Amino acid sequence: MSETRTSSTAAADQLVSRTRWRAFEVALWLSAVAVIFLLPSKMLLFTEIAILALFAISLDLVLGYAGIVSLGHAAFFGLGAYSAGLFAKHVFGDPTLGLLVAGLASAAFGFLTSFLVLRGSDLTRLMTTLGIALMLGELANRLDSVTGGADGLTGVTMRPILGLFEFDLWGRNGYIYSLIVLFVLTMLARRIVHSPFGLSLRAIKSNPVRAAMVAVPSNKRLVTIYTVAAAYAGIAGALLTQTTGFVSLDVLAFHRSADVLLVLVLGGVGYLYGGIIGAIIFTLLRDVLSELTPQYWMFWIGLILVAIVLTGRDRLTRLGSWRPARQAGGTR
Amino acid sequence: MIGRRALIGLAAGLAMTTSFTAPAISQETFKVGLILPMTGPFASTGRQVEAGARAYMAAHGDTAAGKTVELIVRDDAGTADQTRRLAQELVVNEEVDALAGFGLTPLALAAGSIATQAKVPAVVMAAATSVITEESEYFVRTSGTLPQSAVPVATWAGENDIQSVVTLVSDYGPGIDAETWFTKEFTDNGGEILEAVRVPLQNPDFAPFLQRVRDAEPDAVFVFLPSGAGSLFMRQFANRGLGEAGIRLIATGDVTDDDILNEMGDPALGAITGHFYSAAHDSPENEAFVSAFKEANDGMRPNFMAIGGYDGMQALYAALEKTEGDTSGDALMEALKGLSWTSPRGPVSIDPETRDIVQNIYMREVKSVDGELYNVEFETYEAVKDPVKAQAAD
Repeated sequence: MSETRTSSTAAADQLVSRTRWRAFEVALWLSAVAVIFLLPSKMLLFTEIAILALFAISLDLVLGYAGIVSLGHAAFFGLGAYSAGLFAKHVFGDPTLGLLVAGLASAAFGFLTSFLVLRGSDLTRLMTTLGIALMLGELANRLDSVTGGADGLTGVTMRPILGLFEFDLWGRNGYIYSLIVLFVLTMLARRIVHSPFGLSLRAIKSNPVRAAMVAVPSNKRLVTIYTVAAAYAGIAGALLTQTTGFVSLDVLAFHRSADVLLVLVLGGVGYLYGGIIGAIIFTLLRDVLSELTPQYWMFWIGLILVAIVLTGRDRLTRLGSWRPARQAGGTR
Repeated sequence: MIGRRALIGLAAGLAMTTSFTAPAISQETFKVGLILPMTGPFASTGRQVEAGARAYMAAHGDTAAGKTVELIVRDDAGTADQTRRLAQELVVNEEVDALAGFGLTPLALAAGSIATQAKVPAVVMAAATSVITEESEYFVRTSGTLPQSAVPVATWAGENDIQSVVTLVSDYGPGIDAETWFTKEFTDNGGEILEAVRVPLQNPDFAPFLQRVRDAEPDAVFVFLPSGAGSLFMRQFANRGLGEAGIRLIATGDVTDDDILNEMGDPALGAITGHFYSAAHDSPENEAFVSAFKEANDGMRPNFMAIGGYDGMQALYAALEKTEGDTSGDALMEALKGLSWTSPRGPVSIDPETRDIVQNIYMREVKSVDGELYNVEFETYEAVKDPVKAQAAD
């Protein structure tokens, strides 16, 4: 009797300690703020990292926590980007309202398509998500009176953020804005994955049958997390539109879905910061290499990615995991 | 709109303060930020344009008006938000005096607002949709527009016993531009369009479409395809026996792109195209350009994109000479307007009204010259303006 008590309190302790802030998290956010002052000339690059990181977190929610593989996550990213662009162009150019609209549009689409995605196994899911993204891409191409088709959507004029801060040519305000959105949404995601809801997702991921036996409504949970992730991706897309003032067809392109998957694998699946760390590594690598050799950087990035994934990934994630959670076992 | 104006003011103010901090550098060098798709599906565009720009600098030295001209090449992989970010970084960090390149229409459009905000001339060296130069006051084009080539082809067809045509174009912006303007000119001259066929842009199989063309029995088929799709088209055109059925092939020059024409082989022989540049253009300027270009690039033949890059640099050099070294964006733009010179493609000028290029459009036939296939010019339409803007001005 007393033995079960101690083990259950130990488990509870472990769960609580997981939610605690770790040193590397604090360091990461502090350095994200520090670059505003230290590297003012690289604001655009950091904006891109913040957006990609948010997109990767969105994928992590479905892939890392719920185990849904997706090759078409760009569908939500692109939908958010176009919603934000069209909203700013035709209705109202306020950025925060635009984010909300884009998030809602993508969430609605995510909710509807989640029922298709839930049918079938991993391979079917890959094909379904890929297909949905391709269909949206072709739709955006076809509806050129609305989306501008292959020429892209121009004439998106953003108002100042909160009516106070203009999007400047140096990209400083754009970065601060993206960083704040990323921070708020990461904290929210952190809350979600550490909640009982998040734990039940992990249970579904590791053993759906067993999860069902302890009365976890797996379909309902998956629909919910898929919808939330879609909203996240939509907001990431909206950030891209708002900071660049332009939307082109490639927000829906296959390479976006592939890139974000790569980023997530690079940084580590199933712990939110994997997306952020992956986005930092991927974007910086690409930037440095493509400046060194504009023609052949793809070769080098490919080589480095293979090397990292094969040898260094474990070490990379271990660096970020002075997490005591490991010995709990089972959940990952 | 007011917000944007204030922003431009702010940007200009900041630009002034930053330029004071580094006057020594900006006084001696003239930096050109060349943004091109160097990787991905449009890498050949980037390769040709960059080689063209470098060919001009190799032939004319790297100084103009006492300044050293420096090229900074960046790869956008054909992705619009990358183009925009690179343009912004080049303006802010590298303090470039001009932007150039732009392989595709959306890439150019994405960078338009940067050129406007930063008041930096942006030279479009490849993208061909008419609307681009209207996006920013700071755009200048040294390539050409599709209607510019499509309309003379239609005129020529009307004058040469072609009464009925089926159009076959790739289904995207430029293709639809080509179809619209060819159709307009051709029907105005009394011709008849039997059918308008649009082919998907990605992974096209032309066989079923060519069958439709054959069934319609036109005098000719008018084709626009993005450069690269031409070789497959030519093979299938020959396989389906359209030539034997008496259907002539007329097209814009993108289809018989010099870069890949040689690999198309015999099926391409006899194709009639209209365009602004052929590597076989007969002039001393072109001869010098082609031989220097081939030497510097392992025997690669320059195509119409290379000439866009070459003339883009020529325009910037000439503008810099004209302002006597004043590198402010507005002075350069004023100097660029109305500029005229003899390019390897023939006489060209920059329309002061639209900032678009005015150039000869040549009718060419694919022929074998010394064992290699070339677009051999046989008729010239002189000083053709972009018909879209010319019509808007009427």
